[in-house]
Amino acid sequence: MSSLRLQQVSLRYESASVPVLDAISLEVNAGELVVALGPSGCGKTSLLKLMAGFVAPSGGEILLDGTPVRAPGAERGVVFQDDALLPWLDVLGNVAFGLKLRGVARAEREARARELLQLVDLGGYETQRIWALSGGQRQRVGLARALTADPRVLLLDEPFGALDALNREQMQALLLRVWQASRKGVFLITHDIEEAVFLASELVLLSSRPARVVERLKLDFGRRYAAGEAVRSIKSDPEFIRIREQVLSRVLGALAVAA
Amino acid sequence: MFEPILIAQLQEAEQVRSMRPAQVAAASKSAVLLSPVQWSVLSLTSLLTLWWLVSWQGWVAPLFLPSPQAVLAKLWLVSNQGFMDATLGQHLAASLSRIGLALLAAVLLAIPVGLAIGLSPIARGLLDPLIELYRPIPPLAYLPLIVIWFGIGEFSKVLLIYLAIFAPIAIATATAVRAVEPSRIQAAQSLGATRVQLISQVIFPSALPDILTGIRIGLGAGWSTLVAAELVAATRGLGFMVQSAAQFLVSDVVVLGIAVIALVAFALELGLRYLQARYVPWHGRG
Ligand SMILES: Nc1ncnc2c1ncn2[C@@H]1O[C@H](COP(=O)(O)OP(=O)(O)OP(=O)(O)O)[C@@H](O)[C@H]1O
Ligand SMILES: [Mg+2]
Repeated sequence: MSSLRLQQVSLRYESASVPVLDAISLEVNAGELVVALGPSGCGKTSLLKLMAGFVAPSGGEILLDGTPVRAPGAERGVVFQDDALLPWLDVLGNVAFGLKLRGVARAEREARARELLQLVDLGGYETQRIWALSGGQRQRVGLARALTADPRVLLLDEPFGALDALNREQMQALLLRVWQASRKGVFLITHDIEEAVFLASELVLLSSRPARVVERLKLDFGRRYAAGEAVRSIKSDPEFIRIREQVLSRVLGALAVAA
Repeated sequence: MFEPILIAQLQEAEQVRSMRPAQVAAASKSAVLLSPVQWSVLSLTSLLTLWWLVSWQGWVAPLFLPSPQAVLAKLWLVSNQGFMDATLGQHLAASLSRIGLALLAAVLLAIPVGLAIGLSPIARGLLDPLIELYRPIPPLAYLPLIVIWFGIGEFSKVLLIYLAIFAPIAIATATAVRAVEPSRIQAAQSLGATRVQLISQVIFPSALPDILTGIRIGLGAGWSTLVAAELVAATRGLGFMVQSAAQFLVSDVVVLGIAVIALVAFALELGLRYLQARYVPWHGRG
């Protein structure tokens, strides 16, 4: 059972006077879906970059199964806000890319990629060109690509931020199904409160810059969806609405304190 | 940094690239009567007709403007019997082999150099000033020095064109490498890419569209330089043919030579556009 752990992690960019992250501690364990929610510019992407290993922390430690994270690696899969797909490869080529880098034989990696395309509802799109896909389809290719490399944890930076409401809800449901099927630890960033409450098994609320953890909530709406309950039935549940409003007032409160 | 032409061409390419299909359609709405190609055919045929009319009416003496028929007749004659000890085909072949050789050498060297400049601050510090030092000098200005060093043989001419082609390709490659989206690189790193894989499978393909644009610009510069160099120092080649015809006032051969030079430049441009459409079809489509 893998786990990615942040202990008292802080970050200050060289050029800036105010730190971005201040003593953040959190843990992403296998089978958990941790959602970080915070106002724009508070440092969510920076936090994910630390976890992925693109940026080194100024203080504290990031441990993957006890080993310090120092560089990017295939154990931590990343889905980017701008899909970051490779346009010279078709859909199948993009999804199989990680296995190709690892030297897996063509037949084997393509078989695996096809399976994952099925999982993200893109069966039949194998030979499509990337630029001929919609935004939602691209994000699903990005998700499948990150999964083919079979990472220990999955990190997603506002993966549905650019999608319309309907598409976004379908993608949330898809992510929950993928999460349930893979049993991996997932870390997701968003600034959409409803999305955060719906998806999270643990919700981490961040303050504005410098980001601190202001609240942690254990939630189970995502698990209820995975167990078969309909999305609309969950999102219209009074309990869901109550928590959504509670988080909203907490976010507004945090903003008011900062201002 | 860039010479003005390079910037203008890159900006033009950028503008076209950043236009959405709807905008492109809107922009060409004004041309409802004919397609752009038809307009081009119209303007070219008008020019040819005007030329024919002027020479047919005798408004300009044939010495200054030979008739289209005379030029066509010369095409036949020079192709078969030759001019100045070589047929048109041999002059053409001489010019093409020079630029072909120079292009091959420039592509083989400029792309690795451009990659190095784009990837390594040390290479950038070392090589950038060298390229920036010679690039602004018109090649014909240092041709005399090259002739003093290496004589007037083939090597001097190929070297001259090589230098003209090298800089645009190296600069385009280096710029393209630095412009690769960081998220693409990070995505590959998170999939376990090694540094070599990163360069060969992410950075190079990302830069390829702009490298091809650099080759197009370099080839244009190289072709102009070549013809000019042949005017000065050669015993065969299209530039030489035009120059010696001018000395003997054979103006129909002069016009013929210029037309062939223009056609070759046009064909090279079309060929590279084809390569771009064929090998980097994603260019401009995100
Ligand atoms: N490389 C950098 N150098 C200096 N400052 C940076 C750098 N990257 C981000 N910042 C600053 O750090 C802060 C947090 O940026 P970050 O991108 O992590 O925010 P975010 O929470 O992801 O915002 P958003 O919700 O808008 O995506 C911002 O104020 C930003 O200007
Ligand atoms: Mg962000």
